[in-house]
Amino acid sequence: MKIGVFICHCGSNIGATVDCAAVAKAALAYPDVVYAVDTMYTCSEPGQASIVEAIKENGLDGVVVASCSPRMHEPTFRRTVERAGLNRYMFEMANIREHVSWIGRDVEANTNKASELVRLAVEKLRRNAPLYAKQFDVTKRVLVIGGGVAGIQAALDAAEGGIGVVMVERESTIGGKMAKLDKTFPTIDCSSCVLAPKMVDVAQNPNITLYAHSEVESISGFVGNYTVKIRKRATYVDWDKCTGCGTCTEKCPSKNVPDAFNEGISTCRAINIPFPQAIPKKATINPDYCRKIKEGKCGVCAKMCPTGAIVYDMVDEIVEEKVGAIIAATGYDLVDWKVYGEYGYGTYPDVITSLQYERMMSASGPTAGHIHRPSDGMEPRNIVFIQCVGSRDRSIDRPYCSGFCCMYTAKQAIMTKDHLPDAQAFVFYMDIRAPGKMYDEFTRRAQEDYGVQYIRGRVSAIQPTVRPDGKVGYIVRGADTLLGSPVEVDADMVVLAVGVEGSKGAGHLAETLRISYDHYGFFMESHVKLRPVETNTAGVFLAGVCQGPKDIPASVAQGSAAAAKVMALFSKPKLENDPQVSVVDIKRCVDCGKCIRTCPYQAIEEVEFRGVRKAHVIETVCQGCGVCTATCPQGAIQVSHFTDNQLLAEVNALCQF
Amino acid sequence: MRFAYYPGCSGHGSSVEYEASTQAVCKALGMELVEVPDWNCCGSTPAHSVSHELSAALAARNLMQAGKTGCDCMLTPCPSCSSNLKMGRHRMQDPDFKAGVDELLDEPTPTAENGGADLMETYSVLQAITENVDAASIASRVIRPLEGIKVVCYYGCLLSRPAEVAKFDDPENPMALDNIMKALGAEVLPFAMKTECCGAAMGIPDVNIPGTLSGRILDAAKAAGAQAVVTACPLCHMNLELRQRQAARISGKEFFGLPVFYYTQLLAYAFGLPEEAMRFDKLTVNPAPLLGMIAARRDERMAAVIENNRKSAGAAS
Amino acid sequence: MSNTRLDQARDLDFKRQVEKESGQNLSACYQCGKCTAGCPGAQFYDRQVSQIMRAVQMGLKEEALKNRSLWLCLSCSTCSSRCPNGIDVAAVMETLRSMARREGWVQDRPIESFWKAFLDTVKYTGRSYELGVMADFMGRTLRGWGNVEIAPQALLKNKMPFVPSLIHGRYEVARIFTRYAEKRR
Repeated sequence: MKIGVFICHCGSNIGATVDCAAVAKAALAYPDVVYAVDTMYTCSEPGQASIVEAIKENGLDGVVVASCSPRMHEPTFRRTVERAGLNRYMFEMANIREHVSWIGRDVEANTNKASELVRLAVEKLRRNAPLYAKQFDVTKRVLVIGGGVAGIQAALDAAEGGIGVVMVERESTIGGKMAKLDKTFPTIDCSSCVLAPKMVDVAQNPNITLYAHSEVESISGFVGNYTVKIRKRATYVDWDKCTGCGTCTEKCPSKNVPDAFNEGISTCRAINIPFPQAIPKKATINPDYCRKIKEGKCGVCAKMCPTGAIVYDMVDEIVEEKVGAIIAATGYDLVDWKVYGEYGYGTYPDVITSLQYERMMSASGPTAGHIHRPSDGMEPRNIVFIQCVGSRDRSIDRPYCSGFCCMYTAKQAIMTKDHLPDAQAFVFYMDIRAPGKMYDEFTRRAQEDYGVQYIRGRVSAIQPTVRPDGKVGYIVRGADTLLGSPVEVDADMVVLAVGVEGSKGAGHLAETLRISYDHYGFFMESHVKLRPVETNTAGVFLAGVCQGPKDIPASVAQGSAAAAKVMALFSKPKLENDPQVSVVDIKRCVDCGKCIRTCPYQAIEEVEFRGVRKAHVIETVCQGCGVCTATCPQGAIQVSHFTDNQLLAEVNALCQF
Repeated sequence: MRFAYYPGCSGHGSSVEYEASTQAVCKALGMELVEVPDWNCCGSTPAHSVSHELSAALAARNLMQAGKTGCDCMLTPCPSCSSNLKMGRHRMQDPDFKAGVDELLDEPTPTAENGGADLMETYSVLQAITENVDAASIASRVIRPLEGIKVVCYYGCLLSRPAEVAKFDDPENPMALDNIMKALGAEVLPFAMKTECCGAAMGIPDVNIPGTLSGRILDAAKAAGAQAVVTACPLCHMNLELRQRQAARISGKEFFGLPVFYYTQLLAYAFGLPEEAMRFDKLTVNPAPLLGMIAARRDERMAAVIENNRKSAGAAS
Repeated sequence: MSNTRLDQARDLDFKRQVEKESGQNLSACYQCGKCTAGCPGAQFYDRQVSQIMRAVQMGLKEEALKNRSLWLCLSCSTCSSRCPNGIDVAAVMETLRSMARREGWVQDRPIESFWKAFLDTVKYTGRSYELGVMADFMGRTLRGWGNVEIAPQALLKNKMPFVPSLIHGRYEVARIFTRYAEKRR
């Protein structure tokens, strides 16, 4: 075997603390190495050309590049050796940047360590064999989890591209958080006016199958061929018959049901349609409050329903769908702000969240757009907005910025002035974060044109007080750090700009999808800058706030991006697998079945081989994780490209002295 | 239940009524208090303002004295003492800090396995009552309920703060006193100023500080509709009660006329303990009208009960 | 007011010293002002807590140490319990007070005298003795007359005994103070 070794300087990234020429020289002494050289930028065009040239001139049949992490450039160099006629798996990479030059300053020690890592790569490469990908069919349908604006955009774009879409939404209507908003920044246009047409499109598009009031139960399979089990939670209403006429909700006698769509500032009936533009516009019974379901007495809705749609004994139903890709767009929930004792632990009736305030300002909300404070219905004059509640706060383990609160607070302060011209809005902020197009101008307008009083400082406490007229007031005790003094406002109402975290159950879903998620319930993208839509699981993409806080335009953009990724994936007639998969040595296999049981991808089956039962790996399903290798008592399963012999050779290369 | 007991300096001075009622109530609740022999100042604010080490040395001497009682832990009615004794013990878990403190003492503190000082933990009497006696059993002892009176409970800064040392109740909305007062039959109003500082010992150098701060607390209590304030701290009591006229003058308000009770005084009253267990005579804001109201309500209710009984007896015969 | 030359004025050793003695990370403070907002003493301060924290962050020693606020701090820990960055602000204040004392920069003599009076009483009797502390304080400073307002009631109710209680171990307590003073020297 003839091996060529290329030691990359990566400018001064490696060259400054590793003697690259010395490493190249040392490499020439390793077995089978016939060519070794140091180059300035191996990944550059001339760098790659020199590899191709060296392969041709020296008849190399394997290449080692010692440079950076394989994460970015392993695919680059595999293509390079392929261009020169080698199999792409006759290539090894030694990471002498992240693992050497960036973490130590001692040139001699670094040079030694780099040389050893190159020796290790050489020893592995000597045992490499050419591998070839297999092709397999793709189910050209996509599952979109979550029907907020990001999911809606992804679904519509994918459907437009001719791809079948299965949308699963946990609530009984799509629309997500955006459907709850009154207006949107920075244009102050009506949220439901711009969202509702898209929701209708989802309902009417023949390429989209919508499962509302449903959740993903389980997912099996792999990119191109997923099988999804969906739990259609019982609605107790036959949606095929329900016309959304609303007679049932008018007549239902169970009236004090907390209205989740209105964020709990009003009540609804036990049978309910969340809002007029709901999609699907179908009634759902909340079994925790339905008298018929709980106590067996009532049945009013069944009597009133003109189409006989009520089914009190409905049970959950599991349906199965086949898809080739998945877009997670599960959005967010508000941080639990009731942990703040200084803001009353959620017990002060006139201290509300920004989402509740949004419902209060909405013309289709419970107060028909009139701002009245919850405790006594008084029209507030002094309204205090507190930003960063549950954001940028290490003491409650939420150290990050929630991104869009500065903007919606400015919007709500402006809208306050619009609804109540005599009212005064005070905004306590730490920094105004308005980096979007026309955003900073918007927050300036709030201050200059609408007279919103911005005060730089956090609020230490909200203390209810009884005013001389007997009405309750709320002393908001803040600081103006620019003035350098404590300040107070006797407010009628306080609106908290509560921060966001991954939606409830996000962690569980991430585990079902086999993707990573962070401590705050946000899903992890594959690369924070260059692969923000992909995950580390092939075929699973992200859209919207489920990946991290972002506003509506950014969520919509990511929805479209996720759809584009899916379309690119489906554009090929067949997909190719990664040939780094497990292979069974039939002679050693004793058919104990352990690998079949431990395989997380159901990629191993039992087959009959000359009258004996043996394990067999389905190459297109296997993800090369290696669990079977570790489990097999006979050592009969090996992962190609990572065989025991290759790994041991690497260990031996390191432990020579 | 047997506890080492640390009365604190004010128990012999400005808060004799707290001391007397605490002793009587603990006895009634079956909590035996063994006074720490020859205790000294706890190492309070002036000491820790000067030096943590000095403060901890004063605390350590007390805790070693407490060890002589053979009890497992020490109780004190005063939140400031409790806080200092706890803080001293807490800081002395650090072997280096312990070594520094030991240099100040006649004999070094005993060493625990972790290298820190092996000293007993201190709890406030309020915490001990809360954790050892349930509200129902307090309620069951009540023979003179606090009928029809509205109170707010004022905890001050130190009962539940700093939370990681105090390890008691909620730092923003403590409920221990509220729950006891409810058990005694009082109507307890929600109160946003529960842990707002009253001005502590600043009154001696500058009366304006507690005057302003306590004035604000009393004003809020009055505005909330309270007829009395209940507290557990001698320093708070001095600022809210003894200095009440001063506070009104400094904060530009009319005299509040709000009786301020130690919670133990009201426990003793509700339990029907003798007058010397309450020492209401020590209060400077006259509590008699309020106590009179309670008594009148009780008489009214009793009369109604008797009348009812008489009627039903009459109906039966 | 002159311009502060940051390239010359910053004393980062001072910042490190405060961090070491208080055990707090001053760089974690992002100047939100929540400590100032909730501070009961704020209205009496000549420099707000958050501004003192800022001065320490910048290594501006005099700005951090020469102010009355350090003496007016009530040690109520409201700042610490609400700090979004988990800084024990009260501990920083206490550290600064002790540093200022070492520098001879005591900015509020009356409060310092009150503490001294209190500690002297403890040193000689083993306990604090309210009337004694007050008399000592007034004798030292010729201040504290505000307290005379409450004296009649306090005396009438016999809330302040005229005779201090002397504990047996008072010499032991006195030795604590003596050793402390020697150690300080």
